[in-house]
Amino acid sequence: MTTFKIKNRLVQDRLMLWGVCLLAAFTAVPLLAILGEVLLRGYDQLSWSFFTEPTPTAYKAMKAIGAGKPIPGGIANGIVGTMIMLGMAVVVAVPVGILCGAFLAENSKSRFAQVVSYLTDLLQGTPSVIIGIITYIWVVVPMKGYSAIAGSVALCIMMLPLIVRSTEETLKILPASLKEAGLALGGNRARVMMKVQLPAAFGGIFTGVLLAISRVIGETAPLMFTALGCSLVRFSIDKPISAVPLLIWEFFNDPNLQELIWGASLFLLLFVLTLNLTAKYLAKKWNQ
Amino acid sequence: MESVKPILEFKKTCVSYTKQTMAVKYVSAAIERNTITAIMGPSGCGKSTLLRAVNLMHNLYPNIRVDGEILLNGEDILAMEPIDVRRRVGMVFQRPAPFPTMSIYDNVLSGFALNGIKLSKAEKDATVERCLKSVALWDEVKDVLNKKGTFLSGGQQQRLCIARALAMKPDVLLMDEPTSALDPIATKHIEELLLELQKEVTILIVTHNMGQAKRISSKSMFMYLGELVEYGDTETMFNNPVDERTNAYLTGKMG
Amino acid sequence: MNDKLYKILLFAAALIMPIVCGGVVYALVTDAYDAFEHFGFFKFLTSSEWSYTEGAEQYGALPFITGTLMTTLLALIFCIPFSFPVALFVGEYFKGTKVAAVLSTVTDLLAGIPSIIYGLWGFYTLRPIIMALNISPQGSGVLTASLVLAIMIIPYAASLSAEFIKMVPNDLKEGAYSLGATRAEVIRKIVFPVAGSGIFSSYILAIGRALGETMTVTMLIGNTNNIPDSITSTGNSMASIIANQFGEADDLRLSSLIAIGLILFLITAAINMVGKIMIKRARIS
Repeated sequence: MTTFKIKNRLVQDRLMLWGVCLLAAFTAVPLLAILGEVLLRGYDQLSWSFFTEPTPTAYKAMKAIGAGKPIPGGIANGIVGTMIMLGMAVVVAVPVGILCGAFLAENSKSRFAQVVSYLTDLLQGTPSVIIGIITYIWVVVPMKGYSAIAGSVALCIMMLPLIVRSTEETLKILPASLKEAGLALGGNRARVMMKVQLPAAFGGIFTGVLLAISRVIGETAPLMFTALGCSLVRFSIDKPISAVPLLIWEFFNDPNLQELIWGASLFLLLFVLTLNLTAKYLAKKWNQ
Repeated sequence: MESVKPILEFKKTCVSYTKQTMAVKYVSAAIERNTITAIMGPSGCGKSTLLRAVNLMHNLYPNIRVDGEILLNGEDILAMEPIDVRRRVGMVFQRPAPFPTMSIYDNVLSGFALNGIKLSKAEKDATVERCLKSVALWDEVKDVLNKKGTFLSGGQQQRLCIARALAMKPDVLLMDEPTSALDPIATKHIEELLLELQKEVTILIVTHNMGQAKRISSKSMFMYLGELVEYGDTETMFNNPVDERTNAYLTGKMG
Repeated sequence: MNDKLYKILLFAAALIMPIVCGGVVYALVTDAYDAFEHFGFFKFLTSSEWSYTEGAEQYGALPFITGTLMTTLLALIFCIPFSFPVALFVGEYFKGTKVAAVLSTVTDLLAGIPSIIYGLWGFYTLRPIIMALNISPQGSGVLTASLVLAIMIIPYAASLSAEFIKMVPNDLKEGAYSLGATRAEVIRKIVFPVAGSGIFSSYILAIGRALGETMTVTMLIGNTNNIPDSITSTGNSMASIIANQFGEADDLRLSSLIAIGLILFLITAAINMVGKIMIKRARIS
C-alpha cells in the first residue's frame, strides 16, 4: 500500500518535471518560427541597393511586377528617418533621463521623489498608441503638420522612463562608500556625482540606453500619427519622414509592395535583437 | 558490546562536492537507539554535510556525491527512495523556518499534507496536541492554533519545527545546530526538550557549542577536516580525549 | 558647479515626469471632452454604435472595450500554460544553470521582437493555419490576435514570476523535503503559496501589457466595429480602432477616438498601479 503510494507520487513528480520541460521548451517554437520565416523570406532581398535606395512608388512597383522583375528600390528613406528621429530622441532623453534618475537615487525618501517614481512607472506602462495620440495633440496640431520632430518627441517620451529607471537602479546599487569617499575628499555633491558616481554607473546606464533604443526602434503605432511616413530620403526635421517600422506597415497595406516586407522586417529584427543581446551581454559583463 | 542492534550505522561514508575535494572522508560509526549523539568540530569539518547525508539532502544538489553506506535499521538508505527515507528520518535546521503560509496547526501537520496523506479531523487534532505537547508548546499556542507560525518567537518557531518533524514519527531526528540562532533561554528550553525526547526518538545533533554537547549528549563524535577523529561516550571524550586534535579542540586551542 | 545649482538641476529634470504625465492627462481629457459632452460619458461607454455617416454620427466605445477585454483575457489564458512552466524551469528546476540561461535568452528575445513583426507572422503564418483548421473562414479575429498576444506576454509573465519563485527561501524548501515531499509536492504546496502573490502580480503586469498592445492586434483582429459575438469572430480593440482610424478622423470622430484613448489609458494605469503595488508588497514580505 505505501510502496504503491510512493510509486504514484514519484510518477507524478516525474510527469511534472517532463511537463515543465516540454512546455517551457515549446516557447522556443514561436521564436524560431518567426526568425526562420523572416530570415528565409527576407534574406534574398537584402542587397546594397536595398539600403541605399528609397521606397519605389506603387506605379514603379506595379510595372516591375508586370514585367516579372523584382521590385526596385529599398528602405533608405526609412533607415534615414529612423536614425534622425532616434538621434534627436536620444539627445534629449539621455541627459534628462540620467538627471531624473540621479534625482530619484539621491532623494529616494522624499515625497516628491516617490511621486516622480510612481509617474515613471505610469509613463512606462502607457500604451505606445497613446503616446502617439499625445504627441499628435502636443506637436502635430500646433505645428500644423506631421514631422520628424513629432516622431522624435514620441520616441523620446517612450525612452525617458526606461533611462530614468536604469540610471536610478544602477546608482542605487553602487556602494555608498564610493559617494562617501568622494565627499570626504572634499568634492561637492555635483562633482562627486559627475566624476565618481556617474562614471562608476556608466555600464548600467549605457546598457539601459541600449535597451531603451531597442525597445522604441521597432515602435510603429506612435509614429503613424506623428512622423506619418514619406517615400523620399529626407533630412529636414519639420516635414513628414519615414521609419523602418512605418515602411513595414506601408508594405503590409499595399499589395504592390508586399515583396519588400520581409527584407525590411529582417533588417529591423536583426538590428533590434542584436542591440538587445549586446545590451544583455554588456550588462552581465559589467556586473561581474 | 554489540548487544543492541544500532539504529543508524555509517560505513565508510564519503561525501564529495567536486571530484577532487571530499567533505566527509570514510566515516564509520554506529549510533545506538534512543541516544543523543553530538557531532562536533570546527566549522568546515564536514559535520553538517554528514548529517544532511542521512536525510539524503545531497540529492537536491546535483554535484554532491555520497559513497559508502548509511544503514538505517540495517537497510542502506543510499539505495532507497529519498522521500521514503526522509519520512523516517526527521530534520531540524539551523534557522527556524515554519511554513509562512500555514497556520500553526497546519505546520504541525505539514508532513502529512506534503506527503498527500489524508487524516480525519480527530486524528489531526490528536496529532497536533501530541506533538505540540511533546515540544512543550501546547500551553503557549493552544488558543492561537489558527494563527500563522511566523508570529511566534524564534525559540517557539524552532519548537514548532521540531513538532513538525515529530509528527511523522521518525526513527531518527537530525538536528543541524538547532539552537545557534536562539537566545540562551530558548536554547535551554530546547535542550531540556531533547533530553525528554530521546525516549521516543534517536537524536543526532550537530553543534558548535561544547557545553551543549556536554549537557545533553551521551555519545559524541569529533570531526576534523572531513574525518571522524574520535567517537565515544561524551564524558570520556571530554575528560580523556584519545586524539591530540580532539584535545586541542576541546581545550579551545583550535576552532 | 555648486551644490545649490546641482540640486536645482536634478529637481528640474525630475519635474519632467509630473509635467509629461500631467500633460498626457490634460491633453486626453480636453480633447476627449467633445465626445463625452456630445454623447454623455456613460452613454459613450455603453453604446455599441460606430457609424460616421455625416449628420448622423454615432460613436460608442463598448465594442472596443469588449474587444480589448476579450483579447486580453484569452491571451492570458493561452499564455499561462507556457509562462508558468518557463518560470518554474528558470526559477526552480534549473535555477542558475546554463539551460536556464538559454531559456531566459529565448524569452528575452521574444520580448524584443517588435510588435509589427509579430503581426506579420500572425498574418502570414498563423492566419492560414487557423483557416486550414476551419476555425474561422477569414482567419483573422479575436482568437488569432489573442494567440499571438499570448506569445508576446509570455516573457513578461515568466521572467517576473521566475524572480519570485527564485526568492522562496531554501530553508522552507529543505524543510519540506526533509518531511518527505517530492519536488512536485514542494512546488505545489510550498513554492506556489509562498511566491503566490508575487506570481499573481506578474500576471497583472502582463495584462497591463496586453491591454495596450497595438500593431499585432490591429493586423490580426479583423477590424470590424461590432461587439465580437464569439472568440472566432472579428472585432477591434481600443488600441486597434485608434491605430486604424486616427489618421483619417476629424472633429467628433477624432474626439471619440481620443476618448477611447483616455479610457484605455485609465484602465492600463489602474492595472499597472495595482500590479506595482502588489509587487512591492510581495518583495517586502
